[in-house]
Amino acid sequence: MNSALPAAVAKGPDLSKARIKRRYATEARFRLYGLGAITFAIVFLVILLGTIISNGYSAFVATTIALDVNLDKAAIDPDGTKNPETIAQADFRGVVRTSIRSLFPEGTERSQERVLFGIFSEGAQYDVQKRVVNNPQLIGTTQRFWVKAAPDIDMLRKGYLVAADDGTARVNLTQEGFYKRLEKDGRVRTEFNTTFFTAADSREPEQAGVLGAMVGTFMTLGVCLLLVLPIGIAAAIYLEEFAPKNRWTDLIEVNINNLAAVPSIVFGLLGLAVLLNWFGMPRSAPLAGGVVLALLVLPTIIIAGRSALKAVPPSIREAALGVGASHLQTVGHHVLPLAMPGILTGTIIGMAHALGESAPLLMIGMVAFVVDTPTSLTDASTVLPVQIFLWADAPERAFVERTSAAIMVLLVFLILMNLVAILLRRKFERRW
Amino acid sequence: MNNLIFIAVVLAITALAYHYGRRHALGVVGGKARDLHSLPGYYGAYVALWCLIPAMTCAVLWFLIEPLVLKQMIVGSILETRPGLSGDEIGLAVNEIHSLSINAYAFASATADKKALVGRYLEIKSIGSIAMVVLAFALAAAGLYYARKMIAPRLRARQAVEKAIMCAMIVCSTIAVLTTIGIVFSLLFEAMRFFAHVSPIDFLFGLQWSPQIAMRSDQVGSSGAFGAVPVFAGTLLITAISMAIAVPIGLFSAIYMAEYSSHKFRAWVKPILEVLAGIPTVVYGFFAALTMAPFVRDVGQAVGLDVASESALAAGIVMGIMIIPFVSSLSDDVINAVPQSLRDGAYAMGATKSETIRQVVIPAAFPGIVGSIMLAVSRAIGETMIVVMAAGLAANLTANPFAAVTTVTVQIVTLLIGDQEFDSPKTLAAFALGLVLFVVTLILNIIALTVVRRYREQYE
Repeated sequence: MNSALPAAVAKGPDLSKARIKRRYATEARFRLYGLGAITFAIVFLVILLGTIISNGYSAFVATTIALDVNLDKAAIDPDGTKNPETIAQADFRGVVRTSIRSLFPEGTERSQERVLFGIFSEGAQYDVQKRVVNNPQLIGTTQRFWVKAAPDIDMLRKGYLVAADDGTARVNLTQEGFYKRLEKDGRVRTEFNTTFFTAADSREPEQAGVLGAMVGTFMTLGVCLLLVLPIGIAAAIYLEEFAPKNRWTDLIEVNINNLAAVPSIVFGLLGLAVLLNWFGMPRSAPLAGGVVLALLVLPTIIIAGRSALKAVPPSIREAALGVGASHLQTVGHHVLPLAMPGILTGTIIGMAHALGESAPLLMIGMVAFVVDTPTSLTDASTVLPVQIFLWADAPERAFVERTSAAIMVLLVFLILMNLVAILLRRKFERRW
Repeated sequence: MNNLIFIAVVLAITALAYHYGRRHALGVVGGKARDLHSLPGYYGAYVALWCLIPAMTCAVLWFLIEPLVLKQMIVGSILETRPGLSGDEIGLAVNEIHSLSINAYAFASATADKKALVGRYLEIKSIGSIAMVVLAFALAAAGLYYARKMIAPRLRARQAVEKAIMCAMIVCSTIAVLTTIGIVFSLLFEAMRFFAHVSPIDFLFGLQWSPQIAMRSDQVGSSGAFGAVPVFAGTLLITAISMAIAVPIGLFSAIYMAEYSSHKFRAWVKPILEVLAGIPTVVYGFFAALTMAPFVRDVGQAVGLDVASESALAAGIVMGIMIIPFVSSLSDDVINAVPQSLRDGAYAMGATKSETIRQVVIPAAFPGIVGSIMLAVSRAIGETMIVVMAAGLAANLTANPFAAVTTVTVQIVTLLIGDQEFDSPKTLAAFALGLVLFVVTLILNIIALTVVRRYREQYE
């Protein structure tokens, strides 16, 4: 009977090979998706940084033009007083314009004069004025000044603009002709843009710099650090080492975690309603900005501090308590010093976060146009990210370049802070 | 500046008091520290605290009540020169004098009787400050005297000092709670004032948003409209676009890093991805406005689409990229928390790696992944700078990603930048929007944090 059975059960073609092949293909595809996602993110990062750098690196140099200024005594200080105030009142605009005219001795038509003057920065007369006021003995001599070119000429030299006579171009062919001649005479050069690091904001791109914003940033972050470091450490120690487990401390804990995820602009609204309107703190000032940022980064720093304290092994505490130290002495003399590198690393990362924050500062008026470098905590000032925001809105091509350069300055600060944090962690990291 | 000098002097006195207290305690027992209850330093700290705390309390109290006192004092002088002012006008006059006293430039062009009032104001202010300083130093001296009298070998100085430190630490740890309370109350208070002008129903369900209040009452469209639905819709649209970018890319990166990559690859790539989270949002905003928006518009035109130059798409894409690291690092943690035994079980059944991931790891990690996505959504809703710089201002009720839409945060910023009058619904509307933003993100965060925490406990 057995032999009557068919030798093999009839079956279809063997598909298992094909199925396995398909499964492996799916596997490879899935893996590729993952790699693709990571590649996309990294490529984007490269594009982002590349765009910023390629737009911004040229802002670190500026075009200057040599101008031989005849510091005529009759025009500047006719009475020979050498009094700085009298000299400062003199008509330097006229002096500079006379010198510009003398660059083209064959004479220019009146209509072209405006075009010619437009090659030079509006600020040229102030550069001359400053130097003469500081050195009155120069009066009566002819001095060579390297004055800044107007932003359009700077852009032309850097190749961002093309001159044309179509009425829409920022530089017309006549002006380009003047510029080309100055260049041929060897009167044009490119030098390091010191103004960018020594001036505060200005409506004129060639006179605008980041110093004001940088000083404002340091003041704001200084206030923030002074508040956040002691408060954050004290709160972290209490919650980690002393707090009893009850509903109140649970509430504090949940609350800190939630506060860390509240949108930053809400902190700005808090600052506006409470600090400015209730306590009457001055608007636009580093003081209020620092307090707002302190509230913003406090949760981050408490969380970092707690995990640093948690990493200190209990044996340290037991040993200290065993030789008769009080709880507070145990923490103050032994636990805290061991946790300090971790706390400082967390603090630096929190401060880096505060450095890049701009939304809450907009709310408390730190968007003001500030021409002076702030000198006290209650002066109107702005910070680097907000300066970037302000410049990003300006229509001139020269401000695009400066915005990107300001971003590079900001990123350099961020990189430095993070490097310090990483080094601190490397140097003091301890495996128990 | 004077405040800084005051604080420096108080601190100097405190340091001296510490030194004095320590020496005095040692003197009491004739230099034999063993006879003291506590270490000598604690007696010093005891005396120092008795100096510092009364003086600083006095200064802080004065800082809080100074504006009120000044106002009360100057109101009398104002009424002398301009009798018969109503309550509101008095408030305005006080504010004006206050701002004149700060702004030297405006002061120079003020009228003579205002200058006199400002002079009186500054005089009162300086008398008040001097009185405060004198009182603070008197209190410090009294504290010093009391503490000196208390010092005795049996005084439990350590306990007293430790108690003061504990109190300070408890106060510090409640600041986070006070911040939350401050946020809730300031938003509620200002939003209530807004809802006195505009009914909450109109605000939450109205379809027309044009918050400009006209200068003249007879102007066209003088009332302003505060129906926030278009603003909410715009926020949701941009959030949805950013999630469409961030969730797949973040999730796939997390899966690759957690399951496939070598240790070395991970050690390089993870920090690079986190750089994306560390770049300030204003930089993304600049990039979105300068590079991404024109790019999206050009691509759209090339395929024949009408794309606004401030399209929701450009802002959404850039925001999505900013959020990738949030999704990826949270999901990475969550995937790593799935026990290896589950994977081993799947491998033993003959599953390939991707089948294991899709059918075992992801379902096991699902609650945690949902939690991390919710945190990312809350971050996207509250993100400000990218949309302020790259999204539009006009509130369009549309689901078209190529159109310009506005968001809650953009509206808050535009309503509050510039001139502010705190009685116009236009300004107050920002606080109502802020309240909505706070409540929504808070709910998302609470749910997400609970879900993630529960999930972690499940496998621990």
